[in-house]
Amino acid sequence: MQKRSIVPIVYILFLMLPIYWLVAMSFKTTNEILSGFSLFPQTFTLENYRVIFTDPTWYWGYINSILYVSINTVISVAVALPAAYAFSRYRFLGDKQLFFWLLTNRMAPAAVFALPFFQLYSAVGLFDTHLAVALAHCLFNIPLAVWILEGFMGGVPKELDETAYVDGYSFPRFFVSIFLPAIKAGVGVAAFFCFMFSWVELLLAKTLTAVAAKPIAATMTKTASSAGYELGLLAAAGTLTIIPGAIVIYFVRNYIAKGFAMGRV
Amino acid sequence: MKTENQKAWFFVLPVLLLVAFNALIPMMTVVNYSVQETFGDNVFFWQGLDWFEQILRSDRFHAALGRQFLFTFLILVIEVPLGIAIALSMPRKGIWVPVCLVLMALPMLIPWNVVGAMWNIFTLPDIGLLGYFLNHTLGLNYDMTQDPIAAWVTIVTMDVWHWTSLVVLLSYAGLVSIPDAYYQAAKIDGASNWSVFRYIQLPKMKTVLTIAILLRFMDSFNIYTEPFVLTGGGPGNSTTLLSIDLVKIALGQFDLGPAAAMSLIYFAITLLVSWLFYTLMTKDDLN
Repeated sequence: MQKRSIVPIVYILFLMLPIYWLVAMSFKTTNEILSGFSLFPQTFTLENYRVIFTDPTWYWGYINSILYVSINTVISVAVALPAAYAFSRYRFLGDKQLFFWLLTNRMAPAAVFALPFFQLYSAVGLFDTHLAVALAHCLFNIPLAVWILEGFMGGVPKELDETAYVDGYSFPRFFVSIFLPAIKAGVGVAAFFCFMFSWVELLLAKTLTAVAAKPIAATMTKTASSAGYELGLLAAAGTLTIIPGAIVIYFVRNYIAKGFAMGRV
Repeated sequence: MKTENQKAWFFVLPVLLLVAFNALIPMMTVVNYSVQETFGDNVFFWQGLDWFEQILRSDRFHAALGRQFLFTFLILVIEVPLGIAIALSMPRKGIWVPVCLVLMALPMLIPWNVVGAMWNIFTLPDIGLLGYFLNHTLGLNYDMTQDPIAAWVTIVTMDVWHWTSLVVLLSYAGLVSIPDAYYQAAKIDGASNWSVFRYIQLPKMKTVLTIAILLRFMDSFNIYTEPFVLTGGGPGNSTTLLSIDLVKIALGQFDLGPAAAMSLIYFAITLLVSWLFYTLMTKDDLN
């Protein structure tokens, strides 16, 4: 053990403390939480989790969130792939301006768009559907996916394309059977980021849904205010929202550093 | 070398249509509201640039903008050096690398309102781990619903907890891309740790740090959910950042005109500062 590994260990401990507290709280009874401070659950209970898994308003929240996040990830990556290829391989009229314009959408505060989004998606009849949230999240996820994929594609030498054409590959065949495997790490990382930002965003998701497509995070806020102060239930619901993130992060663990650098190292 | 090919536009078209649908139509709605007055029933009156003038002159906007800049400044000053320091002390190889990276990335994958709720539970004076520790073990008088300083320390700590890992991961990606030969050469020359950092590691991290600072600036400037859930902008207005104030005006008071004008000013400031950051940090590459 080297002396300098103290720094990351202390940092990770700092990161884990609030998460530990949330998880510990989720195994406590409401009585125990309100009656005073205890470092570990004294009367260990699974009651909070039982409520969530048996009450449809709770577990549908999770299903809704996972549905729109998945739809968003598929749409974002699918349309970003050809666009990123165009940006990485060709010069065309207005390419730089277009790229910058795409990135500016990442800078728009979600609060600015909340009300107009509500009106737009009501007008086209998509309000309270999973598709509405999935499409709305495209606003910031597509630019990000294009940015990441373009970074990874830039690392693939252009000779690969040229050799394939000389060998008589058509463009679609080249793209699917040669190019995609060459950037599969990039596709994974782009999908991971789309999942991540769609999963954690709440303001737009909450604005665009009422009942049928309501995300879990919104169910939590509503419960927190209407059913009194059920901290244990809230903690259990919060703990469950960490799990999908932990699962997807496991799949990209080897590309995570390169991925956060948008493929640009 | 890229080839000139106008047909590439067809590849970009789906992206263009989807983003334009989401960006241009709502933006036009905002522009529309920003120059009109309404008394309900969809009746609108031309208002010109009055709302803009009103917002730009209002003390409330200046105060929120000031708090926003202070917040963004504080988290950048803490997160960027801290992130670099942690990345420098991380192992480069071995089985602990993926473990470290996954654990560090975890806070970023937690829904933003859960982050707020988690920190709320964590800091409750009598039953939260941190709140109990500060009040009963250290004997401080910590209650962020009463004390603006405590509220500020809490939202800044929360953001450091939430996003420092982004800087760590980006810096780390830059560091592992440095070939071992560079370090060997530095050792032969007898370079100090500081010169290794200043002349080898820092230049190699420049691109990724640019991305990190830009992302952290944009996201912290637009932050809404976490501080809203944690403090609700209080006590008083002490932690009412720009987004929180905007939502209060738009959805709380339903003053659509001023809210729209404020949205546009807000967006313009974000764009301008991002562009300034970007040009300043990439200027050396052009020369």
